[in-house]
Amino acid sequence: MATDILMPALSPTMEEGKLSKWLKKAGDPVKSGDVLAEIETDKATMEVEAIDEGVLAKILVEEGTEGVKVNTPIAIIAAEGEDVSAASAGGGTPKPEASAQPAPAPDMQAEGQAEKPAPSAKTGEDAPKAPAAPATITNKAPAPVMEEFPKGTEMVTTTVREALRDAMAEEMRRSDDVFVMGEEVAEYQGAYKITQGLLQEFGARRVVDTPITEHGFAGIGVGAAFTGLRPIVEFMTFNFAMQAIDHIINSAAKTLYMSGGQLGCPIVFRGPNGAAARVGAQHSHDYSAWYSNVPGLKVIAPYTASDAKGLLKAAIRDPNPVIFLENEILYGQSFPVPKLDDFVLPIGKARIHRTGKDVTIVSFSIGMTYALKAAQALAEEGIEAEVIDLRTLRPMDTDTVVESVKKTGRCVTVEEGFPQSGIGAEISARLMVDAFDYLDAPVLRVTGKDVPMPYAANLEKLALPNVAEVIEAVKAVCYR
Amino acid sequence: MDAAKDAGQAASDTSRAGAKRSAGAKSGGAAETHAPAPNAPQFTREEDLHAYHEMLLIRRFEEKAGQLYGMGLIGGFCHLYIGQEAVVIGMQMASVEGDQVITGYRDHGHMLACGMDPKGVMAELTGRRGGYSRGKGGSMHMFSREKQFFGGHGIVGAQVSLGTGLAFADAYRKNGNVSLTYMGDGAANQGQVYESFNMAQLWKLPVVYVIENNRYAMGTSVARASAQTDFSKRGISFGIPGEQVDGMDVRTVREAATRAIEHARSGQGPYILEMQTYRYRGHSMSDPAKYRTKDEVSKMREEHDPIEMVRKRLIEMHGVPEADLKATDAKVRETVNESAEFATHDPEPDPAELWTDILLEARA
Repeated sequence: MATDILMPALSPTMEEGKLSKWLKKAGDPVKSGDVLAEIETDKATMEVEAIDEGVLAKILVEEGTEGVKVNTPIAIIAAEGEDVSAASAGGGTPKPEASAQPAPAPDMQAEGQAEKPAPSAKTGEDAPKAPAAPATITNKAPAPVMEEFPKGTEMVTTTVREALRDAMAEEMRRSDDVFVMGEEVAEYQGAYKITQGLLQEFGARRVVDTPITEHGFAGIGVGAAFTGLRPIVEFMTFNFAMQAIDHIINSAAKTLYMSGGQLGCPIVFRGPNGAAARVGAQHSHDYSAWYSNVPGLKVIAPYTASDAKGLLKAAIRDPNPVIFLENEILYGQSFPVPKLDDFVLPIGKARIHRTGKDVTIVSFSIGMTYALKAAQALAEEGIEAEVIDLRTLRPMDTDTVVESVKKTGRCVTVEEGFPQSGIGAEISARLMVDAFDYLDAPVLRVTGKDVPMPYAANLEKLALPNVAEVIEAVKAVCYR
Repeated sequence: MDAAKDAGQAASDTSRAGAKRSAGAKSGGAAETHAPAPNAPQFTREEDLHAYHEMLLIRRFEEKAGQLYGMGLIGGFCHLYIGQEAVVIGMQMASVEGDQVITGYRDHGHMLACGMDPKGVMAELTGRRGGYSRGKGGSMHMFSREKQFFGGHGIVGAQVSLGTGLAFADAYRKNGNVSLTYMGDGAANQGQVYESFNMAQLWKLPVVYVIENNRYAMGTSVARASAQTDFSKRGISFGIPGEQVDGMDVRTVREAATRAIEHARSGQGPYILEMQTYRYRGHSMSDPAKYRTKDEVSKMREEHDPIEMVRKRLIEMHGVPEADLKATDAKVRETVNESAEFATHDPEPDPAELWTDILLEARA
């Protein structure tokens, strides 16, 4: 009985990859554990292993093919003695026979390449295949409401991942005081490939692989910053920064004040924050509200690649400790980024991403994806939503939000974090004071649910906010 | 378990780790071993005079701070360094300009040893605008960029990672400086200390870890808190050499410090010095002192006082007239009194200071 080998998903967020190399050719006998092929994603190169014994009957996707969607049949394995020519794509049992191993296997607490079985692997042969979403979402350039670069600037389509890397590389070229440290930032090229190529360009002195000791290396980074160096400390995820939060809060954020202004701490703590996909409660926490609570810190949570680049450069130059909250789902998304020698954005300025007159939707980071899709859908129903991307959570640009609400009279906030004491709660409180007379409805919050993040696909989906909830909230504040 | 027994247990393990060159580094721990070692390294007259003045300044300053605390002029926590003076002075005598110092919250002595102005330190204790942190830091949080003193940290053990970071910066800049990172016997049990040891040795960072073992972490004796009471051994699994040092004798401290600092400065990585010392006063001003006997304290004061030992040497060995020492005493008292005077008359910070020094302005 012939079986299809499907393109495996190797990480929670992988949607497609490149079939870079076949290590077996048609007609070769294969046994369980044989490496059949190498596939490459934007994060890493991995090997596809056979699970069944048989003969590699047919190769369906030639090597070198890019953009192969997860779950696409890439080859057929026939049983010993089976008529190979009879085997055809789709003719076999559609089950993901391939398992894949990241190479080299990251033996870490959790990793960007955390293996995620192909969607139907665990649920059996008759499980419906998850439709493969378009791998790289290219976001249309929003009509820039505020000019942040000269008109006519050439725009280059760039992923958030590349934008972050470019920002660090540019700042490292600019000053020898800037260095990056963290787990797997150097030789591994970054657990999420954000630091790809930096070791090659800047060497091991400035791209420092640390042991898995968040508390210790965060303290070392802060100590180095006290002397005037400008460390970029990468946390593999902000969940692990919980081990280091004492140094972030007690050592980095408070020392300037405690020293009467003598000892600044020019450091950037960056890494993915919040939920990725199916990684459970301990790897899905959104810390936006936590850090935004602390005087002495600046907190940035960008959505677009352009903001990621311009704000990370600003963060590295800033003389204060900056928390730079990224999002794993956004890493692979592409946006237009202005092609400028030195593109730096101001910290603390929100951006009106979409203009509208009926309601203000305020969000940041990945929350913007829900907000923008909802705004699009609402427009079709005649509700024009103004969508504000906060970009910086501390200092928070209340003015832009208040000005918008004065116009619309209604506000909905969108975030993936928990509801209590969240960013939405803060905005709501500020609007109560600064725009009370302009509000025609209570501010509504769309947030992550008040539960630890569940693992099961359906429960996780329920725990996160979604477009329908944003639409519903907008309609509620519009009394529609 | 009584305190005397604890002390005996802590002292019973006198083996040294990595002390291959420890001829002058005397194993101490028990009161008995604090007796001036016959083969202790000798100081010149000038060195002893310097050590005497420096240690006396700390002693008198701390006594005054204790007084002002009792008068309600110093608030919050106030941890005095009395009894431990030989540690920081011996270390400073072996360091050079540019070397950084960082410690925990028992930090007044370190500031004075670094050459910080007693007026500024005392005014910070009283929360006045002339304090080193303009009254916003307090006893546990003072810094001096100029004197390379990096605090003054209130979270037990945090200064160890930070001090390792200072050494990281030294190595990064290849400036030849060494980070002198102090901690107490209590901090030595914190997890991040070992994370720091690991990275410091891995990257051969120029840091000397000075563990001031004053036998009690607040009220918990070393023997009740530590499975390994020989702190010089705490770096063994990382290959970091360590020594136990008689921290009551400024000469042995300086000698061990010279060796440790040279090791770190020459690119061989970190070094651990366990300074066996003793604090006469409580953990903080609000210490009930129920965990040790009065006899234990008075025995240390009478027989092993670091300042008395130097004073005796100055008179008996160096032939310094007592009148000269009295003049030094008077000068130190005057300095301390001036600092107290300043600290009690300097105004409190301007209310507008509440909102300053939270963030630095980004330069365009």
